[in-house]
Amino acid sequence: MSWLSKFVKPKIHALVKKIEVPNNLWVKCLGCEQMVYNKDLKETYSVCPTCGFHLRLSSTDRMDWILDEGTHREIEISDVVFDPLKFKDKKKYSDRIKEAKSKSNQNDAIFLRSGTIGGQKAVVAVMDFEFMGGSMGSAVGEGIITAAEKAIDINSALVIFTSSGGARMQEGIFSLMQLPRTIIAVNKLKDENIPYIVVLTDPTTGGVTASFAMLGDVTFAEPGALIGFAGPRVIQSTVRETLPEGFQTAEYIYEHGMVDEVVPRSKLKLKIANVIRHLSNNNVGNSARA
Amino acid sequence: MQFLNFEKHIADLEGKVKELTGLDLVGEKSENNDNEISKLKEKIGGLIKKTYEKLSPWQITLVARHPERPHFIDYLDILVSDFQILSGDRSFSEDRAVIAGIGTFHSRSVMIIGQEKGFDTDSRLKHNFGMVKPEGFRKIARLLKLADKFGLPIITFVDTAGAYPGIGAEERGQAEAIAQCIKTSLEVKVPFISVIIGEGGSGGALALATSDKVLMLQNSIYSVISPEGCASILWRDNDKAEEAAESLGLTANFLKNKGVIDTIIAEPTGGAHRDHHSTIRNVYDAILQELNELINISPDDLLLKRQEKFLRYGRI
Ligand SMILES: [Zn+2]
Repeated sequence: MSWLSKFVKPKIHALVKKIEVPNNLWVKCLGCEQMVYNKDLKETYSVCPTCGFHLRLSSTDRMDWILDEGTHREIEISDVVFDPLKFKDKKKYSDRIKEAKSKSNQNDAIFLRSGTIGGQKAVVAVMDFEFMGGSMGSAVGEGIITAAEKAIDINSALVIFTSSGGARMQEGIFSLMQLPRTIIAVNKLKDENIPYIVVLTDPTTGGVTASFAMLGDVTFAEPGALIGFAGPRVIQSTVRETLPEGFQTAEYIYEHGMVDEVVPRSKLKLKIANVIRHLSNNNVGNSARA
Repeated sequence: MQFLNFEKHIADLEGKVKELTGLDLVGEKSENNDNEISKLKEKIGGLIKKTYEKLSPWQITLVARHPERPHFIDYLDILVSDFQILSGDRSFSEDRAVIAGIGTFHSRSVMIIGQEKGFDTDSRLKHNFGMVKPEGFRKIARLLKLADKFGLPIITFVDTAGAYPGIGAEERGQAEAIAQCIKTSLEVKVPFISVIIGEGGSGGALALATSDKVLMLQNSIYSVISPEGCASILWRDNDKAEEAAESLGLTANFLKNKGVIDTIIAEPTGGAHRDHHSTIRNVYDAILQELNELINISPDDLLLKRQEKFLRYGRI
């Protein structure tokens, strides 16, 4: 390496960095289309201060926010069968996974912690839409099972934040088999009277909704979130008519009786804590039933 | 009979046989023709055998969707007597994409439930092409519980492209209805056998196949997504369905190797649509064998084993 390149290279890096920083300072709100100061968004947990639009929250930010400070404990998820089909489309699935892993620093589209929410004991599972569209394969299934087992083990509530485009197609039938697997996990919670709260966040569609996501004891949804079984485009091409205004939004499915309440992020923590408290009180006959 | 695109060479010969038979009918009967016809028929038989011995996953998909394949109502007709249809979800409507009821199978009372695609325009509309709506899934869940209450073994027949993707279906909770159906399947303590007879499309199929024994006809398919859907999402090209079918591992052989299904039911040479009678006979034998084993297992063990089986998928 010549003295020149040694000298020039860091300079170029510095230049690139300089360009990147201003871009990260501002984010365009998808609700009001105004530029929002990124630092402000950190404080509101990605809710637009101007219009109240709920931007997507990264899984790590969400976890940091939901559990009370200083109570976080990691929960490990066991490895699962990797690439059971040796699947390949335009790219190898094994390469896609590697990419997603290095990009996100996550093992798959879900991660778990235990701690407290507003003082109430909880195991929390957060799905990560950034990781291959939050798609559910064996790893996500294992995550849900592990979360349920842990909740039973330490006798605390289970709170799951869903965010998923559907099944992990690259795992073929094994992704479909995660529906019964995760439902078995939910059934176990019911057997042990463990409160199970689902928060549907943007977007939650496909196989996740046809399994654990729609079986909560209490179900909340974030404002504006897209929630449904079939994707809007698939429905459009089947029925060949215009979809109703606001179709498959949190508010829309609330009107149709699918969730208990649409709750803005600012109130979610309190509401979850309140529900856990009510459901885990020594309620009448609970001990007799257990 | 409708020929599939990979059967063109067979169709051509069949056409010739028809032509020669036609000559017979107008009085030009000759020994030469008879000889020719029997030779051709022999050749056709050989070709069918050869073609069907090594079908590709995509070709199997086409066979699985063949409109003249035996449908649920054909099986119901022959395999079940004293049938009483049971309908409705008790809260919204009746969904004819699913036909269900109680009846006698081999001198035993059973709950029998199946998806029906329909066989002509009218019946296809009536049965919504076998695509179940929330009310259909709720009917299924209701009847699974009924079977559990009275100790009736459950036999289901799967034949669907998938759950119906519609506005009303979403509004009435399609996802929740499927989830409840699977959940109920994982709670009943009676023997539960599923047979995939044609298309096993995603959640719509799984809602009837979370059972103790999953049987698959040799040329049926079972998949998380249709090859076409997979091609358009992952390849961004609808024409790559053939490759997608290859990648998805949706054939009975593949799924049996992976332990996701329990038994492959053989089809007559040339596929189920060429011989309904033997196909239905084979299905009958296969169900009977599984049922005879399952009825000896205690209700609690049955449920435990079913749960353990499904918990395994994906575990190392
Ligand atoms: Zn805004």
